[in-house]
Amino acid sequence: MAQQQIKFYQVGSFAVGNRLLDPEQRTVQSRPERSNTLTSGHRACQGCGEALGARYVLDAAMRATGGRLIAANATGCLEVFSTPYPESSWQLPWLHSLFGNAPAVASGIAAALKAKGRTDIRVIGQGGDGGTMDIGFACLSGMFERNDDVLYVCYDNEAYMNTGVQRSSATPPAARTANTKPVGAEPGNPFGQGKSAPLIAMAHEIPYVATATVAELHDLEYKIERAMALRGARYVHVFVPCPLGWGCPSSETIRIARLAKETGIFPVFEAEHGEVVGVSKIRRQVPVQEYLRLQRRYAHLFGDPPRTDVIAQIQTRADRNIRRFGLLDEEAA
Amino acid sequence: MRRQLEGSVAVAEAVTRCRPEVVSAYPISPQTHIVEGVSDLIRTGELEGCEYLMVESEFAAMSAAIGASAAGARAYTATASQGLLYMVEALYNAAGLGLPIVMTVANRAIGAPINIWNDHSDSMSQRDSGWIQLYAESNQEAVDLHVQAFKLAEEVSLPVMVCMDGFVLTHAYEAVDVPTQAQVDAFLPPFEPRQVLDPEDPVTIGAMVGPEAFTEVRYLMHAKQMQALDVVPEIASEFAAAFGRTSGGLLRSYRSADAETIVVALGSVLGTIEEVVDELREQGVKIGALGVKCFRPYPLDEVRAALSQATRVVVLEKAFAVGVGAIVGQNVRLALSGLPVEFHDVVGGLGGRAITRRSLHRLLAEVLEGRLEPGRLTFLDLDHALVERELRRTRDHRRSGPHAENILRDLGVVAAGSH
Repeated sequence: MAQQQIKFYQVGSFAVGNRLLDPEQRTVQSRPERSNTLTSGHRACQGCGEALGARYVLDAAMRATGGRLIAANATGCLEVFSTPYPESSWQLPWLHSLFGNAPAVASGIAAALKAKGRTDIRVIGQGGDGGTMDIGFACLSGMFERNDDVLYVCYDNEAYMNTGVQRSSATPPAARTANTKPVGAEPGNPFGQGKSAPLIAMAHEIPYVATATVAELHDLEYKIERAMALRGARYVHVFVPCPLGWGCPSSETIRIARLAKETGIFPVFEAEHGEVVGVSKIRRQVPVQEYLRLQRRYAHLFGDPPRTDVIAQIQTRADRNIRRFGLLDEEAA
Repeated sequence: MRRQLEGSVAVAEAVTRCRPEVVSAYPISPQTHIVEGVSDLIRTGELEGCEYLMVESEFAAMSAAIGASAAGARAYTATASQGLLYMVEALYNAAGLGLPIVMTVANRAIGAPINIWNDHSDSMSQRDSGWIQLYAESNQEAVDLHVQAFKLAEEVSLPVMVCMDGFVLTHAYEAVDVPTQAQVDAFLPPFEPRQVLDPEDPVTIGAMVGPEAFTEVRYLMHAKQMQALDVVPEIASEFAAAFGRTSGGLLRSYRSADAETIVVALGSVLGTIEEVVDELREQGVKIGALGVKCFRPYPLDEVRAALSQATRVVVLEKAFAVGVGAIVGQNVRLALSGLPVEFHDVVGGLGGRAITRRSLHRLLAEVLEGRLEPGRLTFLDLDHALVERELRRTRDHRRSGPHAENILRDLGVVAAGSH
């Protein structure tokens, strides 16, 4: 039998390898009995943050529900790469209807289960940022305000990747997309646009809203477990880098997701009934350049001369997040 | 037991007796009294085991019905007009997925100009969406068609639209016999889905299909509609045997066995047409009527058989295809291809304009006396002077203004200076 030497390692952060943890504290992903809900063989790009995020989320949800889970999926990358005819990567009952209706479809499934007295079976709705925050937003808000028993997960890669990287309402300022190219007087996506889906979700005062990144598996799995322990409308917004759309090496997905949090660009927090109940503190604050420089969608900021003014504006936004959510400990600040 | 009921209330009662498990709806005139009635019957506990979702749009109403149906629940919704158009994407999806949802369409015009009254523009716009379309002639038939619709939908695993004329039927009080719960339970078995989201046996529904098999999947939709041409009359016969009255089916002929002229129509206008047929029969005119009860699937052979002995066919319809002409008329012509029939396409009753006996007598007199050119699209009771005036205005002035406002001003409805 082939022998492999086991190495303990540090992962460039304060994260700890699973092998150093007590078995009970290990992630769902590291467990031999994990369900592989989105199983291998799908057609996602190398380094796809969304594929990773969906597997993390659904495996955690499957564990939390004992495998009694149904998913409603919006049109988008996740739907397309997971079900190329005649194959399917889904190992749970899964329904794709349209681009803009996944929350309403999920509401319908939840209503059917309630009518049949099968509330032991839980419902998850999922989609990308376009399907969730743009075309599906009315259905999402409706599902929230009715407090339907659905966990909706948005995998946010900050643009319409499936159609070729066009801007969405989640695209950050200055980012290059196929229709916000770095040409003209205001290169990239304009400042002063876009919206925060988690904050709008919180305004519905639903039982649970959380944000997470694919870089912090324990945190993400905890939030899904927490969400599945509650009833009613719940929303988890997962930050998922897209190597293709962002112009970064497929090996950098996790690093970029971690930097989004450590810069303050993407605040990681959880809220119950409209109030923030916890934030993931920044462990080692880094300036936004370190995050931006890794991605070709921001390459126009680092030309000759560099757009230090634009970078400063992005830093101001990150600093505002840090203040607003209290992302730095007193002593670290 | 026959009771004097509003059409919507009768339909609401009939729908709840079909024991839907999920109802999702968004209010739009003239559908509102139906879904209010269903809501009442759920709230009072008369219908148990049903979830009512008050959704934020018709798009969500149909989407929730899709989710519910795929999860194995009997799902129902109702809409009209703009609401039907707003759910179109989901409508095609429900049909493509083969989900047996039942929906009432309280037929209403489509804007612009906005108009809340009855015609068939809404459901006719969705004739090729893959939904089965049944048209009710009376409130009794609307009630009966809903009971049949659930059975039909679940038998062929396709969604069914029950179309009833907005206001003309939905808001009319008539004596109606709403089947009892025991009668409906005996007629309509519990829903046994052909596909269901079940953690015990996980399936993927709604996968992407490329050129390798898309044609085949779409062909199956067509094949199932063709099957429905057999199932619709079977269910109508079963219904007649169980309830002792005739409702639904594919077609209904009226005094047309020896008719030289046959008027074809859908929905409540058939009542008026039949009265006019009776009056003309008394004058010795060999005339009859043909009601198309099931427009999708289209009973091509049956229409041909029902009309083949006629020398003149007049299709009277409450919608038209802008830029082409008739919709039902084109379908009827298809059924009559190769037969030497004089053909008249007539559009009437748009946006709630009453189709009166007098209008029909005038129209049919023109047809019978050979004063109406065959093969042309005729607009019943069109105010030619009014449209001529507006057409002249658009010729004479570049900035001639909005048609609707100009015409209302010409009619004296809008009190303002004219252009």
